[in-house]
Formats: sequence, structure tokens, C-alpha cells
Amino acid sequence: MFHRESGVFKTTYAADMALYPLPIARWSVAALAVIFVVLVPLLVHEYYLSILNLIFIAIVGALGLNILVGYTGQISIGHAAFMSVGAYTAANLAVRLGLPFWITLPAGGLMAALIGVVVGTPSLRIKGLYLAIATLAGQLIIEWTINHVPAISGGAQASIEIDRPSLFGVSFTTHRQLYFFLLFFAVLAIVATLNLVRSRLGRAFIAVRDQDIAAEIIGINIHHYKLLAFAISSFYAGVCGVLYTYYFGIANYEQFQLVVSIDYLAMIIIGGLGSVLGSIFGAIFVTLLPIAIRIFMEDVGALFLSEAEMANIVSGLRLGVFGALIIFFLIVEPEGLNRLWRNIRTYFRVWPFSY
Amino acid sequence: MTRFASTWLGIAVTTVTLAFGATQSRAEDKELVFGLQCDRTGPTATVGTVLCPGYHDYIALVNSKGGVDGYKIRVLEVDNEYKVPPAMEAHERFKKEGAILEGLYGTPQTAALNKKLEEDKIIGTSPGFGTASAADGKRYPYTFPIAASYWSQAGAAVAFVKDKLADLNGKKIAYLYYDNPAGREPLPILEDLAKSEGFELRTFVVPAPGLEMGAQVLDITSRFRPDFIITHLFGRSPSVSIKELKGKGYPLSKVVALVWGSAEADILAAGGMGVAEGYNTIQFAGVGKDFSVIKDIEALYKAQGKPAPKEMDSTVYYNRGVLTAALHVEAVHNAIKAKGGAAPTGEDVKNGMESVTGFTLGGLVPPIKLTPADHEGGGWVEVWTVKAGKLVKTKDWFQGYRPVVEKRLADDSKS
Repeated sequence: MFHRESGVFKTTYAADMALYPLPIARWSVAALAVIFVVLVPLLVHEYYLSILNLIFIAIVGALGLNILVGYTGQISIGHAAFMSVGAYTAANLAVRLGLPFWITLPAGGLMAALIGVVVGTPSLRIKGLYLAIATLAGQLIIEWTINHVPAISGGAQASIEIDRPSLFGVSFTTHRQLYFFLLFFAVLAIVATLNLVRSRLGRAFIAVRDQDIAAEIIGINIHHYKLLAFAISSFYAGVCGVLYTYYFGIANYEQFQLVVSIDYLAMIIIGGLGSVLGSIFGAIFVTLLPIAIRIFMEDVGALFLSEAEMANIVSGLRLGVFGALIIFFLIVEPEGLNRLWRNIRTYFRVWPFSY
Repeated sequence: MTRFASTWLGIAVTTVTLAFGATQSRAEDKELVFGLQCDRTGPTATVGTVLCPGYHDYIALVNSKGGVDGYKIRVLEVDNEYKVPPAMEAHERFKKEGAILEGLYGTPQTAALNKKLEEDKIIGTSPGFGTASAADGKRYPYTFPIAASYWSQAGAAVAFVKDKLADLNGKKIAYLYYDNPAGREPLPILEDLAKSEGFELRTFVVPAPGLEMGAQVLDITSRFRPDFIITHLFGRSPSVSIKELKGKGYPLSKVVALVWGSAEADILAAGGMGVAEGYNTIQFAGVGKDFSVIKDIEALYKAQGKPAPKEMDSTVYYNRGVLTAALHVEAVHNAIKAKGGAAPTGEDVKNGMESVTGFTLGGLVPPIKLTPADHEGGGWVEVWTVKAGKLVKTKDWFQGYRPVVEKRLADDSKS
């Protein structure tokens, strides 16, 4: 039986350190890879790919925020500002120096990491709500700076248009092409985070989150790790911003305002703090649900109402339903969708012999 | 309900929702699909909830008369909440449903979709949104502002001030603007004109969210003491500016507001038409109900036994929705005519839009002339002034300092 859990004996260090020790997990990851790399881009309509693309970008950003908020226990409502740092860095490099995406993308991430460390410095002295306000200040300062410094923003419009990413002369233009571009980075971010959180670094983050005094006593330099958490989290945010920039073909500061920071916080809280899968679930939930609700309501509404009458109702009702569903899911499982998923798994693992 | 039962309920709800999403499709021949983005729940909802019903009502009117050249129009509306990712999703949705054109909503959304529209060969219209440089049809072939850009509005505002003051040389003009890219956009035109006309220009910036401008207004009214004020504000801030200027005793007849500070709602929020007596507004669509097309829409509602919707009373935004819809229909009509009655593609509609000329809809639409190079249509505006409790037309369709705007556009396309 390939899904056997007992009797799995590890005889090498490599086996012990494997990301997926169980065969069933390896098989399901392989199946997911086949589905997303082969089946989805072949069979799915481009419209749905465009939604998946938005989800992939959101996953990168949500993972970054989860490393900071979920794993390290710090709080940031300046995540969108770090995205804009990445976006404008990449856009400036791409337009002024003509650099390709495989340079601008890490450069955007690194610049965001640098700014993230600066904005994160107050975390050495304050935490909780105080830190939230300090990062809010960071968000506003960055927004203002981009808005008012033409050297960064590229002029009064504060937007810089860039060309589509291209690799070996092939340009990623359609959503089907961009799908592969974004899938690659989403997967890279997921695998990197999975490994990060079970490394020495990730364990230190968790120790800082759970009890920072205890962490300090067992020899963790909490100042070092807090700033590192800000840097890594902002790096992800910066990359997320660069991906948005390439996806839309433009860096525009109005894309990265405070409300976007709140959206990302909502993602990780709904998905589950301190879990990689939770970030993915959250990104899917927040991106997909408003669309799904709208399509559902339009289909049902079309039975009774005209297109124009429906438009009057749908958008308001959609917000209401979206909010109600968030409350519903959080009441059912306060620890987020990730915990819900684990409950379902646990249930089926012993099903039908649950006693 | 046990924990697991409720878990399953959650999954079931999600699955059903997704299943519905995948199965929807409607096809009819002789039908054309228009996409319309809107903001009904975001920061500019006060505009969207009035503008978009205007759009729908005009399309309903066209459909009630048999459609455009025999084709019925189906409008797909998506609320983008003034966010950028939903705007991209909306565009893809329209494309999937076979839309031949779409109405954009919002400046960052327009910026983010410029490239995609060109790649997908679907035109998008952005009246009152987007950048002035989008008027350059060579640079953005599939983006159509179809209404006066901020540059044209600024030129028109100065032309209007010149009318009022007879001569601008040595006069002082204050520019009170919202601190965002759109607010800063008119600056180059104003600076050019300050040089050529010899007036003194001083700018006063209002930071977001624009609800507090006591200091700026005091600075304007008691220190700078301008001969005229041009305001360019958004959202709630126009009403605040009216209140503040009135409170400081500055005559509102010496104030002119660009298009997003010019709706009935802004004036009512400032305390009513009585308070704002003399306030001048720049408009890119006709104001009021005195148009045959508005009467036709009212008659349509009456024929269905329904009262006319309350959105119609907010005529500034409502009429802008009607203008957008009317130009869409006119472009499609041109495209169908050019193809001899066959269903047009996105490219045909682009050509159709670029041949719109002399279509005024009884004065609601300016005498614009769209060409492959000029997607703005000439930058026509009207000035309407608050007089005795309502908005009254004080200056018919005109273009202000067109050569100055055109020179800027030419310089911009080179950079």
C-alpha cells in the first residue's frame, strides 16, 4: 500500500530530511504538478487562467506576509508598500537600463528587503499594536515618497510602463504564457517557504513568536531574527510587486495602497497564520470568492431580473455575502482554512473506523 | 450540527459556487456584447452608482427600439471596486463572453489595461479617467478617453477665466488640487499658460483624503488673494472646498471646478444649491434633463409602468453614463455600416470609433471628432454655473487653448 503511514523506517539522513516523507504525499505532489503544469494550461479557458495568474501572484505576497506575521509573530500593515518598492525598482531598472526580468525581479526583491529592514527596525523595541502603527507609518511614507519623487515614479503620473518579460527571445504575453511565468515563481516561493520554516531559521522565527524572552535565553539573537524576518517577508512582497508589474505591464502606485495591505492580512488570517498551505488557501479564497459569488449570483439573478437591475444589486450583495462567508469560516474554524483542511484529513484518515 | 457536518456544508457551498461558475454560457445570434466596468462599492462608489445606471438605461433604450442595426446589445457589468486585479479579471471575463468593446473605470485600472487591450484588440473607453497622453491614438491605439482630458480641462478652465476677467496679464490664479497623479496632471498646461498669458499661478495641494483644507483655503483667501481659483478635487473634497471658500467669504462665482468636482452631489453635500450660488463647473457631458434622449428614457420607464429611477436626478454623472453608452453604440453602428451589416469585431469597432463625428445627441454629447490620431475628440467642454438653485449653462461647447494642449501631447509622445 503506497499510503501506509506506519512502518516507514528512515535509514538515511536524506530520507529523514525529505520534504515529504510519506509516499502518498510524494504521489499527490506529483499528481498536482502534472495537473498544473500539463492539464490546466492545455484544457482550461484563458479566462480561468487569468484568475489563476492573479492567485499565483497573491500566493507569493501572502507567503511573505505569513512568514512575518504567522511564523515570527510580528505584524505589518505596510506589505503593499514593500510591493510598490519592488515594483518601482524593477520598472526603473527595466526601463532605464533595459535589464531583463531575471535581474530586475531579484533586484526588486532585494530593494524591498532593504526598505523592509528599515521599516522593521521599530520591531526591536515595540510589538503588537504599536508595531502595527509603526509599519502603517512606513506604508504611508513609502506611498508619499513614490508619489512625490519623480526620479522614482517616472514623472507626474507616478506610473512606469514596461515591456512583457521575455526569456531567450520568447515573450510572455498572453495569459497562457504568463501562466507558466507566474506558476514558476509561485512554486519557487512555496518550496522555498516550506524549506525555510523547517530550517534553523524557521525554528528561530517560531521561537521568537511563541515567547521572545525564552527564545533569547536559549541563545537566539532576537534582534537579528526579527529584522531577518522583515527582510525575508519584504523580499517576497517585493517579488510579488514585480510580478504584478510584469503582469499588468505597468508600475502604478495606486495599485499598492493601504487597502491592499489589509487584503493580504485578510488572506493569511482566513487561510491560517503560520502555515504555508494556509497562505495558499487564503490567497485563493480572497481572490476567487468575490468572483465566484458574482458569477453565482448573476446566474441565479438572471432568472428573475434584467441585466441592469441585477447590476444594481449584485455588487452590494456580493460584499455582504463575502463578509458573511469570512465570518462563517472563521467561526467554524478560528484557526483558518488550513486547520479546516487538516480536520477533514484527520477525519478521513481513520474513516470509517473513527472510534 | 457537528463540527464535521458544518465542515462538509462549507465544502458543498464552495463546490456548488464553482460549479455554477463553470457552466454559464448564453448564446444568441444577432447579439453584441459590451463590457462595462464600474465601481459601485469602492472609494468612488458615489460616481459609479449613478453613472452605470445611465449607461444601462441608454442601452435599454437602444434595445427597445430594435437594437443597433438589428443587433441587440447585452451589457456585462463587473464591479471592480476601484482595485486593479479585479479590473484585469473583468477584462478577461468580457473577452471570454465575446465583448467587442468595454467601458473602463478608474485611472490605475485604465493604466493597467492599456497593454492588454492592445494585445486583445478590444477597445476600452475611459472618459474622465486615465492620463492625458492616452489621447494620442498612435501611442495607445485601443484606449479611447472620448472626453476632455485633464489637460484640455485645464486649458478650458483658463480660457473661461480669461472670458470672465477680460485680460489675464498680471492677474493672480490659484490652483487648488488633490495630491495624486490626476491632481498634478494639469500643472504643465497651467504653467505654460501662466507664461504665455502673463498671469501669476500659485498651487495649493490638498493631501488625501482631502477632507481638511482649512489652512490651504485661508492661505488662498487671505494671503494670496487670487482673482480666480481653479479647483481639481475628488470624492468628498469638492464639497469641503465649497464650504471652506464660502466660509472665508470668497465669492464662489470666481471659482471653477474641473469635472470631478462638478456634480450635483458635490454641491448638495456642501449645503445645497443655495450655498453654492455662482459656483462654476466644467463638464464633458451635457447637464440636466432637457435632452430628448433623457425624455425617451423617462418614457421607456413610464411604458413599463415604473417610476424613473432616482439616479436620473443626479444628471451630471447620469448623463456621463449616457454619453459613454451613446458613443459605444455610435462606434458599433459605424462598424456595422462599414462591414455592410455583418457583426463587427474589436478592430472594426476601433475603426468605427475613430470615425465618430458630428454625433451630438441633442447637445448631450459635444461636437467631438475622433480620428486615429486623436482619441480625445478635440477636448470639448461646457461650463455650467449654479444659478438660482440649479446648474445653468454659461458657456456652450468650446475648446480651451487647443494648440497648447496639442503641443504638450506632441512633446509627450516623443519622450
